[in-house]
Parts: sequence; C-alpha cells; structure tokens
Amino acid sequence: MNPVANSNSGRRKMKSKKKSMIKENQDKPSHAIWKTETRQQIYSSKLVQALSQLSLDSSPSPSPSSSSAPRGGRAVREAADRALAVAAKGRTRWSRAILTSRLKLKFRKRKRHRGSAAAVAAVSGSIRSKKPRFSVLKLKARSLPSVQRKVKVLGRLVPGCRKEPLPIILEEATDYIAALEMQVRAMSALAELLSGSAPPPPSQ
Amino acid sequence: MSSRRSRSRQTGSTSRISDDQITDLVSKLHQLLPEIRNAHSDKVSSAKVLQETCNYIRSLHREVDDLSERLSELLATTDNAQAAIIRTLLMQ
Repeated sequence: MNPVANSNSGRRKMKSKKKSMIKENQDKPSHAIWKTETRQQIYSSKLVQALSQLSLDSSPSPSPSSSSAPRGGRAVREAADRALAVAAKGRTRWSRAILTSRLKLKFRKRKRHRGSAAAVAAVSGSIRSKKPRFSVLKLKARSLPSVQRKVKVLGRLVPGCRKEPLPIILEEATDYIAALEMQVRAMSALAELLSGSAPPPPSQ
Repeated sequence: MSSRRSRSRQTGSTSRISDDQITDLVSKLHQLLPEIRNAHSDKVSSAKVLQETCNYIRSLHREVDDLSERLSELLATTDNAQAAIIRTLLMQ
C-alpha cells in the first residue's frame, strides 16, 4: 500500500535488470559480444534503415549518367561499414576511424574514390604524429622483422590502425574480425530475406 | 641500443608491454581464426598467425563486398525492395 515502497521495488527491479545486462556484457570478452543475437539484431535494424535511405535517394534518378552512385555496391558497403561502426558504440579505434572518415569524405565532396582512403590516412596521421611514438623494437617477438612486417600489413587492413603500436593493432584486430563476421552473417541473412521475398509469398 | 631505450623511457607515456602479453594477444587472435586449417594449433609461430589473420580479414572484406553487390542488385528493383525492407523491419 505504501507508494514509496512500490516505487522502490520497481526501481530496484529496473536496476537489477540493467545490472544483469551490463554484467553480461562485461563478463564476456569484447569480441564475443559480436556473437550475441541482440547485437546482430541491433546491427540488422540499423543496416536496414541505412539501406532504405539509400534506395530512397537513388530511386528518383534512374538515368545511367548519374555519377553520385556509379556502383550501388560501393554505397551499400559504406553504409554497412558505417552501421557496423555505430553498432560498436565507439569503443574501438577502428569504429571511430570509420565514423570520422565518413565525415571527412562528406566535406571533401567525394572527389576521389580510392584516393580518399589515402587522404583520410594522411589527415589522421598528421593528428596522431603529435603523440610520442612507442618504440616497436624493444622485445624479442617484436624485433623479428617478419612479425613487424606482418603487423604493419595488419595495421593497414584494420581501419584507423596504421600508426598504432603493436599491441593496439592486435587488440583492434581481434574485435574487428568478430565484428566483420557478424556483418557477414547479418548481411547474408538480409540478402536471403530480400531474395526470398522477390516472388510473392504464398501465405501471408 | 641503450640510448634508444633511455630515450623511449623518457617519452614512455604508454605502459611496457611484455613479451608474454604479446604472445597472449596473438594466441587470442589465433583462436578467432577458423580452426579448420590448423591441425596442430599448439606450436604455431606468431608470424604464421599474423599471416592467417591478414588473409582472413581480406577474405572477410571480399565477402562483405560480394554481399554488398548482391544487396545493391536486390535493392535495384525498387518496387520490390521497399516493400521487402518494410516487411523485414516489421518482422524484427
């Protein structure tokens, strides 16, 4: 009968629910979160939103001479990457790098397709060069030239990690791989849904 | 060598990462890779793991590209696509 007690118990319930959710996310290692169903659902809905915006933009201009979207696949890939970066909640470098690179591309009006990646790297490199560089040549495993070379290649593959020290690149790579796997799963599921609904469904 | 070490110690804002930590990170990475190719997963050198990682990331990128192409073709049929998208949104 006491309204205060009721509200307290309600608040406690909400708190415990939140706590369990947060605890669940903290118990799993970061890359295992990408395998959870909720994360994939979040990503799928964001992806669908982004794609529907894409199709709305491109549908009014059926002329083949439009230079804004010469290859629709490229636009889809960028939208998918952007949605993936948003789903990462900005905790990793690669996700932040993807999100900031989109902004820079928008400001530059997308003059170059492939050169933009180099431009972004140049800008981000100039920002990062103010930090003192961590010497990579310290320890045995790192001083192996083969390991160093491969880590450099890895740093180029993972967005935003070109000038990061070795342990950072490794950490980012583990999260990035898990995220990419989720992206593949979500996109193929979406493709299945879309291709499956092309013929009219029999029972609806 | 010693001069380089002292210099890095002066600038050292980041923590010292030990060799064990690096091998630990590499082994974590190794666990993520598809295990089918590695029969003996115990003594794999770091260089091999990193090579496999690079290859795996490249193949994932290719897969995403292929999927995007496929999705864009599916979306090209606009009448279909918007209805389908709305339907998928409702289904979730």
